[in-house]
Amino acid sequence: MSAVTEPKFGPKSGPTSGPTSSAKWGLERHRIILIAIAAALVLWMAVSMRWDWLPVYGPKLINGVMVSLFMLISTAVLGFLLAVPIGLVQVTGPRWLKIPAQVFCTVIRGTPLLLQLWLLYYGLGSLFAAWPEIRQSWAWPYLRTAWPYGVLALTISFAAYEAEVMRGAFSGVPRGELEAARSYGMSPFTAFRRVWLPRAIHRALPTLSGETVLQLKSTPLVATITVVDAYAVISRVRQDTFLTYEPLLFLALIYMCLTGVLVLAFKKLENMVPVKGA
Amino acid sequence: MIDWIANLADWHLLALTPPGWGMTLINGFFASIQIAVGGFLFGLLLGIGGATGKLYGGPITKDLLEVYTTLVRAIPELVLILLLFYAGSGAINRILEGLGYQAINISGLAAGIFVIGVVQGAYQTEVLRGAFKAIPFGQIEAARAFGMTSSQVLRRITLPGMLPHAIPGLSNLWLIATKDTALLAVVGFTELTLATRQAAGTTKSYMLFFLAAGALYLLLTLVSNVAIYFIEKRACKGLPAPV
Repeated sequence: MSAVTEPKFGPKSGPTSGPTSSAKWGLERHRIILIAIAAALVLWMAVSMRWDWLPVYGPKLINGVMVSLFMLISTAVLGFLLAVPIGLVQVTGPRWLKIPAQVFCTVIRGTPLLLQLWLLYYGLGSLFAAWPEIRQSWAWPYLRTAWPYGVLALTISFAAYEAEVMRGAFSGVPRGELEAARSYGMSPFTAFRRVWLPRAIHRALPTLSGETVLQLKSTPLVATITVVDAYAVISRVRQDTFLTYEPLLFLALIYMCLTGVLVLAFKKLENMVPVKGA
Repeated sequence: MIDWIANLADWHLLALTPPGWGMTLINGFFASIQIAVGGFLFGLLLGIGGATGKLYGGPITKDLLEVYTTLVRAIPELVLILLLFYAGSGAINRILEGLGYQAINISGLAAGIFVIGVVQGAYQTEVLRGAFKAIPFGQIEAARAFGMTSSQVLRRITLPGMLPHAIPGLSNLWLIATKDTALLAVVGFTELTLATRQAAGTTKSYMLFFLAAGALYLLLTLVSNVAIYFIEKRACKGLPAPV
């Protein structure tokens, strides 16, 4: 068996490191060379480019990453909570709920997030400012800042995309499972809570993981409405130091790490539910 | 009712002639469409190349393409657009200077098409790769047995055969491309979103202009959906209906 698979994993690398260990990591010869080139490239960047701004802006940058993560987590959670009912009414709801839900999804998914963000921040913000009742209310100190609009826009956008996913997931749960739940004497709500929703979420998890990565990649847009997230800090660095590439490359690195962590976390979540035949 | 609509906003601001800003929006809209079409087509080129490279290329090509698609899909579009916008124009100017030419100012349109195309290319590579794989290998073998060259196989068998599998993914990416053009507003290219912001900022009627721009984007999406429906119907002729 091993004699058959051995040539697939490149040349033999001596008796000490057998083919299994190098095959496990996919370390063929060309890949080692590529990794070496990549490492050399990173080293060259680290040496020849300017990184002296990093310690100066480090604390601000950490703060910015925290703001980005707050934006991601809060809007993903809120958006998902909105998406469940919006997806559900499109599957079972009456017409007067189904049609607004569909219109909501179409309109939000058919317009750019940046436009929605600016509509809420500049449009809604200017309307609020013209309204004396709001200006004197307790909410005004919050409504004067930018982040509530950012959270609102990102939540709505996530909810619309995710409702579409949940609609498919809800309608994909086999009818027999729901009928079985009802025949056990569960009320419709109990059946929803115990069977329909968990099964639908499990079916939606792979897509949910992709949507959450997309949401993470959307968070830098809030910097355009003056929320100080990681992107805003990096823009600040670029303005202060007149560096073009270094801050952007570092930001790309940050986002790559965040994406990697997110994908791994979702993989773990998916593996928590045993799948028949897998 | 008509009075109520008339009083809702200052509709004269949307007029096409100069005191109104309608023409600015329309021009921006066409700039957006141009970039979306150009970027999508450029992405299609990259995607076809990337998918064939990922499936039939050597190990190094495969690894490099994997790096390309992974990087583009992990880094926010906004950051990529900034990086490619500055890096791309900087690199071209450096090459021109090296060859002894004068540095040129790269048009926003070309840069926008390039940037959107590179982003689209990564996603389209994945979509097309799946579509290529859906073609039964026997069909390609049969074509080769008939003596077709590999470019003939691509043109006559592979491309038409994979189209039904690629269209859902590609149409999704087309809709994403139309919306990604809005991000070019951040680098200062006057497409619909930035034109809208300029109009809204000057006249202070933010709601009116942003809603009007939203209607234009929505129109583009809805028209695209109708077109996609017909294209899909044509490409899937003779295939069993999906369950």
